Amino acid sequence: MKIAIIKYNAGNIRSVSFALDRLGVEHVITADPEEIRSADKVIFPGVGEASSTMKYLKENKLDELILGLKQPVLGICLGMQLMCSHSEEGDVKCLGIFDEKVKKFELPSPNSENIKVPHMGWNALVNVNSALFDASLEKEYVYFVHSYYVALGEHTAATTNYILPYSSALHKDNFYATQFHPEKSGDVGSRILENFIKL
Amino acid sequence: MLAKRIIPCLDIKNGMTVKGIKFVGIKEVGDPVELGALYAEQGADELVFLDITASHEGRKTFVELVQRIAQHINIPFTVGGGISELKDAEALLNAGADKISINSSAVRNPQLINDMAKNFGSQFVVVAIDAKHFEGDEWIVTVNGGRIPTEKRLFSWAKEAEERGAGEILFTSMDHDGVKQGFANEALAKLSTDLSIPIIASGGAGNMEHFKDVFTYGQADAGLAASIFHYKEIGIPDLKSYLNKEGINVRI
Repeated sequence: MKIAIIKYNAGNIRSVSFALDRLGVEHVITADPEEIRSADKVIFPGVGEASSTMKYLKENKLDELILGLKQPVLGICLGMQLMCSHSEEGDVKCLGIFDEKVKKFELPSPNSENIKVPHMGWNALVNVNSALFDASLEKEYVYFVHSYYVALGEHTAATTNYILPYSSALHKDNFYATQFHPEKSGDVGSRILENFIKL
Repeated sequence: MLAKRIIPCLDIKNGMTVKGIKFVGIKEVGDPVELGALYAEQGADELVFLDITASHEGRKTFVELVQRIAQHINIPFTVGGGISELKDAEALLNAGADKISINSSAVRNPQLINDMAKNFGSQFVVVAIDAKHFEGDEWIVTVNGGRIPTEKRLFSWAKEAEERGAGEILFTSMDHDGVKQGFANEALAKLSTDLSIPIIASGGAGNMEHFKDVFTYGQADAGLAASIFHYKEIGIPDLKSYLNKEGINVRI
């Protein structure tokens, strides 16, 4: 089993690597197309801004590479948003693996409960329905940090409620994605990463 | 629903925790990784590690420590203390820190907040504010651990920090810190209403009810404390089950 973590200008690549170390899973952090294509699984992490990251992916031809992957792929946070069709963050066309669009959270008006953006902290997963999640993960809490969200759609694999119910995970064919950070979500996050590794 | 966060804070000197930690099996001056992992296991939602080392060598030790924390602990953590330049923050980010907190350095050079947010994203930047109540609505922002008063006032400075790109505000009331009579709920509620970024309350936790109050009257998003956890006056599992019973959404 070899896992490739796609190396690019994102913030939390090492956190994902440390999480795989804790699970005792062999992996490489790489931007080498051959190494990524030949891996058993690929993780596409991400913390950053959508339009500049998308530009970076294109310049380095990582966009075509990701689209062409046949093995299980896991996008995390910004990675998930970039796998959608379009993001309001910098008004940018994204990879289009999922048809869903990425929108900015709008604060309710009046904001009587002092709801904050970004959505930061631990929130629950409901209606989990992909191989990433077993039934025991229903209503478990995971860690989020994001200001943009993916609406509910045909590829929604888990739902979370914040301002409105939205997609906290997506799944289509060999592509999986989570808005939350499994690598920072304690034991629950470890179980989700293990489920991905077992695919 | 988003859970209210409980955050233990650990002071670090020369790579070790200080303040006489009295956990069974952990030495009075102990390994922060071990203690942090224990808190994570008990249900802490995040951790804060504050470096109180002054020396240059100590700072290098701290960066190494941050990497060990990132390797061993599977919940988010913030590191702070002595961060005054982009390169300090970058070293900590590369070591695996999820967030950094800046305090005195941001007061002296507010542009630092913009620079940090632009380079690393707002989610990485916690602006910590230590303030002392003056009168009415007026709170004086202090630096150097509360020793030096400044021209800045709490509410306008917090708003400015948000506008400059802070991702969260960590407010410590110097009047409430160490007194264990509860958090500065009135000021916290005003911060929470004025700002649209999360507010972490610090200073004053003495019992479990104080946490209930800070999440209800204080409208805080997170409650931070040090000694009550270190001295086992409150256990995190007990605190969370209490809050849950009181109708406050926490992660159990």
